[in-house]
Amino acid sequence: MIVSVTFLSMCVLGFSQGGTQTIPSVDLKTMDGKTINSSTFSNNGKPMVINFWATWCKPCVLELSNMAEIYDTWAKETGVKVIAISIDDTRSMARVAPFVNGKAWEYEVYIDPNSDFKRAMNVPNVPHTFLIDGSGKIVWQHTSYADGDENELYEMIKKLAKGESIK
Amino acid sequence: MVKPFLLFLGFMMLQQAVQAQFDIAGGSITGNFKLEAQTYQEDSMIGAEKVAEKMRSNSYMNLKYSNGNFTAGIRFEGYLKTMLGYDQGYDGFGLANRFASYSGELFEVTAGNFYEQFGNGLILRTYEDKDLGYDNSLDGARVKIKPINGVVITGIIGQQRLYWEKGEGIVRGVDGEFSLNELIPGLDSSENRFILGGSFVSKFQADEDPLYILPENVGAGAGRLNFSRDGFILNTEFAYKGQDPSADNNKIYKPGSALLMNTNYSQSGLGIMVQYKWVDNMGFRSERGAQLNNLNINYLPAITRNHAYAFAAMYPYATQIDGEAGFQTEIFYKFKKETLLGGKYGTQVTFNYARVHDIQRKALDSLTVIGQDGTDGYKTNFLSMSDSLLNQDINIEITKKLSDNWKVILTYQHLDFNQAALQGHGGMVNTNTVIADISWRIKPKHTLRIESQVLFTDKADFAIDSLHSVKIKQDYGNWAMLVLEYSVSPHWFFALSDQFNFVSIDDEIAKNTFKYVHNGDDFHRNHYYTVAMGYSKGASRIQMSYGKQREGILCVGGVCRNVPAAYGFNVSISSTF
Repeated sequence: MIVSVTFLSMCVLGFSQGGTQTIPSVDLKTMDGKTINSSTFSNNGKPMVINFWATWCKPCVLELSNMAEIYDTWAKETGVKVIAISIDDTRSMARVAPFVNGKAWEYEVYIDPNSDFKRAMNVPNVPHTFLIDGSGKIVWQHTSYADGDENELYEMIKKLAKGESIK
Repeated sequence: MVKPFLLFLGFMMLQQAVQAQFDIAGGSITGNFKLEAQTYQEDSMIGAEKVAEKMRSNSYMNLKYSNGNFTAGIRFEGYLKTMLGYDQGYDGFGLANRFASYSGELFEVTAGNFYEQFGNGLILRTYEDKDLGYDNSLDGARVKIKPINGVVITGIIGQQRLYWEKGEGIVRGVDGEFSLNELIPGLDSSENRFILGGSFVSKFQADEDPLYILPENVGAGAGRLNFSRDGFILNTEFAYKGQDPSADNNKIYKPGSALLMNTNYSQSGLGIMVQYKWVDNMGFRSERGAQLNNLNINYLPAITRNHAYAFAAMYPYATQIDGEAGFQTEIFYKFKKETLLGGKYGTQVTFNYARVHDIQRKALDSLTVIGQDGTDGYKTNFLSMSDSLLNQDINIEITKKLSDNWKVILTYQHLDFNQAALQGHGGMVNTNTVIADISWRIKPKHTLRIESQVLFTDKADFAIDSLHSVKIKQDYGNWAMLVLEYSVSPHWFFALSDQFNFVSIDDEIAKNTFKYVHNGDDFHRNHYYTVAMGYSKGASRIQMSYGKQREGILCVGGVCRNVPAAYGFNVSISSTF
């Protein structure tokens, strides 16, 4: 069994990089209830990070908290913008604005109350992070979070900002 | 054991085929999959059972083709056989979901399976959650029209998924949402932002009841308002449902209603939230006889905190669709850096309080018992609240960075949980829980997380006979837990954990009593240990664990499923492509 798991694991990892994919068009909510479409996401040709999270997800909150500490530097050095998509549903979506402001996060935050955008982006679980290049293509993605993962992400962002390929 | 892996190999080959054809006619194919398998060993001490198949597996794969404005997708699901704790009706393998959609400037149309939510979901929400084994997707058609800026009209018709079949009832609905600031010329620059919405949903199911004349068409309507200004947000919705005798309400003819109010105010470093909810007889399913998590048309959120730590979530509250009245408030505050309580890095404090009661029901007349089938059931005043406490949760969480490498999250929770009313056994359970979650960055990329939790239940009278009673711990008594998690960014994690049930009982009589309660077995102080490791690369993840799983209830968004005790090896593999 261990052998088959190892073998299959290698198969999975071999396929881990997807092809060219752009951001699908899905309606989301702003924190104050307005409808906004994901196709309007842009950062004037600079890289963008789209992070799926929820207020009840500990690793998600850790990831966004750790990134918040260095977000200023990231934005200054590379012009990157982080968009945080909360998948909190009706039960906890009223928590999102006080939660985000209470932590003084400076991300663009939108709510995906019925997980429509999560499904369209094929996200199995939160946290899940996408890196989008200046032309709107998804060039890298990462699932789960371990302390320090933001450094790997930032290496990618720096490469993109310099116009290098990250593959 | 071989079967699920062959299945998985099949998935891989399919994926390879997909990758080879990545650019079909200029479009692209994306998707994801997950496979989870678990072996089951017997452990009579914790109540874990073995299964005839030795191993069981749940898996799915989504494939999506998109080209310009056109999208089509399918999802395979496999349950060979369904893992314990999920509804066994899923047994089998096949195509569980397929859809095609086109989105133009003016409208978007979807045929096949779709997920939709009107407003807060009080009268319509179809969604899926794999952790719950929940999927009430509608199979039919949806049209979304955006005639002018600030207006969205949605119409739906379909039948709901029930395992591998469809529910008998037909569900139809329409929803309109109007952003007044975009519609009314004078309001566009106003700081007061208004959004109004309204929806109507109706279900049809033929009446074949031998005893009662049941309504074949049942309608429900809802109206909502969203107001915001300067960091203040109010979101409120009221829903009403016509006569709908069903298994949920013991076939009473009383209409149902629900009110949900969310308000919050926030500015940098401070957030305040207040929620209020009142529910009366609001079960709404597309088949009258449906139970468990099947064929729900609507969604009534539980307004209690969705706890992430195991012991804080040991007694999870789920919405009582028959009736409940409650509120929740939460305050987030950040003590700034370089202040007395903020220290060098600042301190984050979250206080949360939630309380839910049953509603007050009065008999219709002196001859009819409350809830009598075939009648209006009972009388209740709008927003009434009885003395019967269902759930009270007070918790405070302090997050503090101590140095560049040390971080701590401290949590205290006091919970009063009416187990008798909510789970149909026991009495009131009162718990006090303390959690310390400490992370230590040993060196860059290497972090050790130590999570320790302890839960105490109060004592309650236990009658040995008509004359004597002793005080013993409520429910399972006291628990302690330790988790050690070592992560090496960006790929690896290793974890060890143990939950230990150290019930303490006052004296020998109580001990003997407890033996009696547990059918003469000696009382065991059970350990539930687990070892786990995981590897992630990009959007793929593999996780393996071995150990024991405590019997309990897993809830997501206030919807719950029972998780039986289990002992064995678990592997899960997922990827997005």
